[in-house]
Amino acid sequence: MKVGVLYSRIRAEEKLLLEALSARGLDVELLDDRTLVFEISGGEAYGARFRELDVVVERCINHSRALYSLRILNDRGIPTVNTAAVADTCGNKLQTTSALAAAGVASPRTLVAFTPESALEAIEALGYPVVLKPSVGSWGRLLARVNDRDAAEAVLEHKEVLGSYHHSIFYIQEYVKKPERDIRAFVIGDQTIAAIYRHSEHWITNTARGGQASVCPVTPELHELCVRAAKAVGGGIVAIDLVEDPDRGLLVVEVNYTMEFRNSIAPTGVDIPARMVDFIVRVAKEGWEAANGWGG
Amino acid sequence: MSTETISAPAECPECFAKVQLKDVMQNEIVQCAECGVDLEVVSLVPVVLEQAPEVEEDWGE
Repeated sequence: MKVGVLYSRIRAEEKLLLEALSARGLDVELLDDRTLVFEISGGEAYGARFRELDVVVERCINHSRALYSLRILNDRGIPTVNTAAVADTCGNKLQTTSALAAAGVASPRTLVAFTPESALEAIEALGYPVVLKPSVGSWGRLLARVNDRDAAEAVLEHKEVLGSYHHSIFYIQEYVKKPERDIRAFVIGDQTIAAIYRHSEHWITNTARGGQASVCPVTPELHELCVRAAKAVGGGIVAIDLVEDPDRGLLVVEVNYTMEFRNSIAPTGVDIPARMVDFIVRVAKEGWEAANGWGG
Repeated sequence: MSTETISAPAECPECFAKVQLKDVMQNEIVQCAECGVDLEVVSLVPVVLEQAPEVEEDWGE
């Protein structure tokens, strides 16, 4: 079996995954997204190397490169992990929240507006504090907790004047008073394989921002919610971020489709890259639906 | 490109400190212990390090 690994840089995660693929005796083709050329018209140029692959694993850092590469590969019948549909939904917080809500997955109250004026109205409707997030982006970058109207007006003006067009799509979420930690759960197909708490005194708890990881038990409630969240965004290999609301319980905040896991193997004791390889092989052999445990 | 790895000494292009590479692949990201900058192994033979790209707006998980 030949597995393509689409990447931007070889970080700890990619190296661990490559070692796990190699340990399984799989033939690996490395696809550096900085060097790729795709023909997206009907011609056959550049297509041969992709047609030889049984499955492609996407590990790009750039969302746009990941999304377009997956779309091109899927349109040509090449199985990928994850699919373009999953990347499209998860790479955009607005689309993720909408998909979660449509599937009845509990998540924080979120409003969307397209002008600073309507955004201010939405912020006041939610009540302070609120969190403004860019719809595309990660690692807790450019998140703003807005505590009052003065701050709201300032942040909205800055986003409109200084940000790209993405920043004029205002994603406004209630601030959940979580207990100085959140939860990251790793879902592969229909299994929640592991979870960690991310502790931080700062309201942004990402481990990329210094949050400390410790093991979180995968309770039946957490497992069931996470599997439903994963299915809502199209399945596959995803990392789900949740917060614990004192009154409502677990709420899903976001779903990551090119998950980072280097800090989660030691605290959980779960061989995450090996479990990823199990799923990747299943997708190549049995297809996306079967690998996710759906249907037949 | 292959998954071949090497171990070799290299030089940080930022602070010129010696960086001892151990079992690194092409395009792997390493950190200079001296100045802390992220470096990319852009070539194995000869071994060449370059400063890793800055974070772009759509980077993430």
